[in-house]
Amino acid sequence: MTHFLEPNRIPIFQIGDCLLLTIQVDLEDRMIMTLKDDLAERIAKTHAKGVLIDISALDVVDSFIGRMLANISAIARILDAATVIVGMRPAVAITLVELGMSLQGVRTALDVDRGMELIRRESSEEAERLHEV
Amino acid sequence: MRSDERRPEEGRVENSAETIPIRTGADVSRVRRSVAAAMAVIGASRIETTRMVTAASELARNTLDYGGGGEVLIAVVGRMTRRKVELVFTDHGPGISDMSKALTDGYSTGGGLGLGLSGARRLCKEFEIRSVPGEGTVVKVASWTERP
Repeated sequence: MTHFLEPNRIPIFQIGDCLLLTIQVDLEDRMIMTLKDDLAERIAKTHAKGVLIDISALDVVDSFIGRMLANISAIARILDAATVIVGMRPAVAITLVELGMSLQGVRTALDVDRGMELIRRESSEEAERLHEV
Repeated sequence: MRSDERRPEEGRVENSAETIPIRTGADVSRVRRSVAAAMAVIGASRIETTRMVTAASELARNTLDYGGGGEVLIAVVGRMTRRKVELVFTDHGPGISDMSKALTDGYSTGGGLGLGLSGARRLCKEFEIRSVPGEGTVVKVASWTERP
């Protein structure tokens, strides 16, 4: 399946066994739906172990987008991939908590490097556990 | 319920006002951009802007999802140092029959998280809601900057 760089589609890049996507635009609802489909397919196809979602360009995360991030994280988990949200702006973090969304169950990291590190550590720990068993 | 409260009060200067229809998800994005621009006009800080834009996004989505669409009036009102951004969301949807429930965290009649109204109330400095079942809902919020 070819992924064209369409204006209404968020590109997903593969780095090692991680998928990286950067949300740079003011998200519209339709794009979020497309993103879920695209990402689920890519995880299944590439056997990715982790999904990094860079939201450093988002100046607003409302409950709709928050729920989308939680959903993506849940979908990825079922497909055996860990999701890490990276680059959340301080004002967004404050507002999310005030809004009443603590994004429980969603991992976060300050930047892409740390997010990648988190995923690597987790998947190697998991490999060790499996080895012990 | 509608037109009267849009008229600027006595002694107030209407600096700018814009009405944006809320019919699609793309309109919700437009509302966010316009509210951010209005907050910039009054010199609000980043966190003040983020709070207000997030509240506007929640309320615009409510207008769309529960009110069946409507509109928002975005206005910069007030004098020099006491300027504020005021938003009035209006829909002619089914209205809210149980207001105290609707303002409770986690209560939703739709598929949402139930944080829209209660969250927006926490994020704005002024919050007012009026709803008549069968006629519609009007939510008025305002925010200003604490910056000197």
